[in-house]
Amino acid sequence: MALSGVEIFKLLPKTNCKKCGHPTCLAFAMKLAQRQATLDLCPDVSEDAKKILGEASAPPVRPITFGTGDRAVKMGEETVLFRHDKKFVNPCILAVEIKDTLSESDITKKTEEVLSSEIDRVGQKLRIDAIALTNVSGDKAKFEAAAKIISSKAPNVPVILATTDPAAAEAAAKLFAGKRPIIYGAGPVNAEAMANIAKAEKAILGVTAGGLDELSALTEKIKALGVEDMVIDSGAKKAKDIIGNNTLIRRAAVKKNFKALGYPVINFAQRDDSLHEALIAAVGIAKYASIVVLSSIEKWKNLVMFTLRQNIYTDPQVPMQVEQKIYKIGEATPDSPLTITTNFSLTYFIVSGEIENSKVPCRLAVMDCEGLSVLTAWAAGKFTASKIAAFIKESGIENEVKHRELIIPGYVAILSGSIEEKLEGWKITVGPREANGLPAFLKARTA
Amino acid sequence: MAFVAPKETYSGKVYQVNIGTGANALSFGGENVLPFNAFEGAVPNKPVIAYEVQDVPPSDWPENVQKPYSSVSGDPVTWAKFCQETLKAKAIALRLVGTHPDRENRSPEDAAKTVKDVLSAINVPLIILGSNHAEKDSPVLIAAAEASKDKNCIIGKAQEANYKTIAAAAMANNHKLIAMSELDINLSKQLNILITQMGFDKERLITDPMCSALGYGLEYTYSVMERIRLAALTQNDLTMQPPMLADVGMYVWKIKETQAPESEVPLWGNAEERGIAWEATTAASLIMAGAELLIMRHPKAVSAVEKVIEELV
Repeated sequence: MALSGVEIFKLLPKTNCKKCGHPTCLAFAMKLAQRQATLDLCPDVSEDAKKILGEASAPPVRPITFGTGDRAVKMGEETVLFRHDKKFVNPCILAVEIKDTLSESDITKKTEEVLSSEIDRVGQKLRIDAIALTNVSGDKAKFEAAAKIISSKAPNVPVILATTDPAAAEAAAKLFAGKRPIIYGAGPVNAEAMANIAKAEKAILGVTAGGLDELSALTEKIKALGVEDMVIDSGAKKAKDIIGNNTLIRRAAVKKNFKALGYPVINFAQRDDSLHEALIAAVGIAKYASIVVLSSIEKWKNLVMFTLRQNIYTDPQVPMQVEQKIYKIGEATPDSPLTITTNFSLTYFIVSGEIENSKVPCRLAVMDCEGLSVLTAWAAGKFTASKIAAFIKESGIENEVKHRELIIPGYVAILSGSIEEKLEGWKITVGPREANGLPAFLKARTA
Repeated sequence: MAFVAPKETYSGKVYQVNIGTGANALSFGGENVLPFNAFEGAVPNKPVIAYEVQDVPPSDWPENVQKPYSSVSGDPVTWAKFCQETLKAKAIALRLVGTHPDRENRSPEDAAKTVKDVLSAINVPLIILGSNHAEKDSPVLIAAAEASKDKNCIIGKAQEANYKTIAAAAMANNHKLIAMSELDINLSKQLNILITQMGFDKERLITDPMCSALGYGLEYTYSVMERIRLAALTQNDLTMQPPMLADVGMYVWKIKETQAPESEVPLWGNAEERGIAWEATTAASLIMAGAELLIMRHPKAVSAVEKVIEELV
């Protein structure tokens, strides 16, 4: 585990010189422990202390950037086991396998699927991040030829070059020179040769072994050979072993600061049955994988995987927000009812879901309240009569609807009079307190 | 430095709950480790998936999940038998949605009759759910609990507004009870305490921290479940040790992603596969957070989750 503030304090000069910008060495030590300051701010710290603190303050899971340019993806840097403790940092990378036994046209087709996989969801752009080319043929020439197709069709997509043959790895890696590919991988037999190639090509090295003992020994050996950036595979294929090994790896890194397993984890989820594969990938995404390799990327599956990854990796301390605007639900006409709520994503999802269930076409005005729910936003002075009136006026809704009636949540019934005062010509109607009352409420109005 | 597996020993464990009677009775819960961490403790039971059946035809379900039941869903007894015999359901969840005042507004007596009819047609354990109308659920679930006396069913859901009558009915008729609160670990704990203070045995409770669909607040349910489970294991908090329910189907099959046809949203792909995957992935995520009992709708989603459970244990 990382050092505590007091443990760090013992290693500092204890001069309270303030050169680091903190009032005392103890205050500085506390900031260091929370990773809110870096040791280079202290000009007087001893070399010994630097070494100890440097090792202890490095993130427990090594940060690595895979690929280069716009499509580069970050891995590692994780500090916790549970997302409610602190945000999971770098979302799991999704890669699709392309076998070198496929025909040129099939390789091209799959590569193009990756390039066109991008979907926008709640304001985030989500996509298949990487390609994993596997040397299933065992033939160096085939592997190189397939790598050529990929490097020309998708020069910016990060690539995993999966082969146990050092010569094939080297030939393929040269096609991605300077692009930070992952060479996967090094096992107990070829570790030295693979480490040399990874070093020469400045590539990340995928390391695989049967079990965590052997894996730790191997990463230490490879580190001693001069390769720092590794991704690790415990050999787990079955869901049970993926959860078990990934959990032990993350615990060893985060709780014991065990450096030999402090690397991003790669899981291979390929299955014949695409839905089963999606669920194995879900196990990896929820339980600590930094890369999950899939065999197919159908659109429906991508949407499911992207959404799960987004859910698991959201910041639990920052409410998810939706964009402030007036949403049309169903085939809303200028006569359809207009309702209003706040922009906390959960509020929006529940309210819009209930309106959809009612089958009554509506407009839903979603007002930016910094992601607070209705009652909280009202209590915090963000969902007030004057703000609601201003939002409605500025939204331009008066040109879109024929009527002048706004339905407000029942919890803020108290606002109805003052909104009517501030929003001339409008009638305010008090809706149900809970969203689940909306279907009955809306249906009763149209009946 | 040699690797030493950082295993945990926890002071608490999850209660094991058994449901049903005879040869098809089932147990779930009972583990003393985090979900599927069998490498460091006991995981005596697998999560159980119950097929959802309604007392009225599922006209409110999207077409893709109505389809598998189109020839049987006109009648709850036929529907339940189909789940047990053709789909090999291990348990059935009968939702009395037709009792809701905004729906068919069926009477508690109607509900009791449906429960009796379904029970006499099946031999797997039965979960009996109200329509989630706090007021109406009280008389409906009292009648349902009496109609199923001594069949060791699960009755639900007891909420803050109606727990007294429903818990009393479950207790008097020897049933298990679902206690539901809304996405808040403290509310969940408080409700469990209130119910046990009535004399209800805490080992007969099932906690429903409220489900959410993938993309629609799943992360909240996921984290509340993880926190409840950690409180049960690491703090040995007796009020947090009942197994947990994920009522997946009804939350998943009302969102846009499980309904919108591909023609409307080409980037989302095939609607039927998308819907099935949505339900299966929501369920698979929640069993990793600690859910031991799931209520689901689409047969293909159920088999996919059962298959992954086989691989997890």
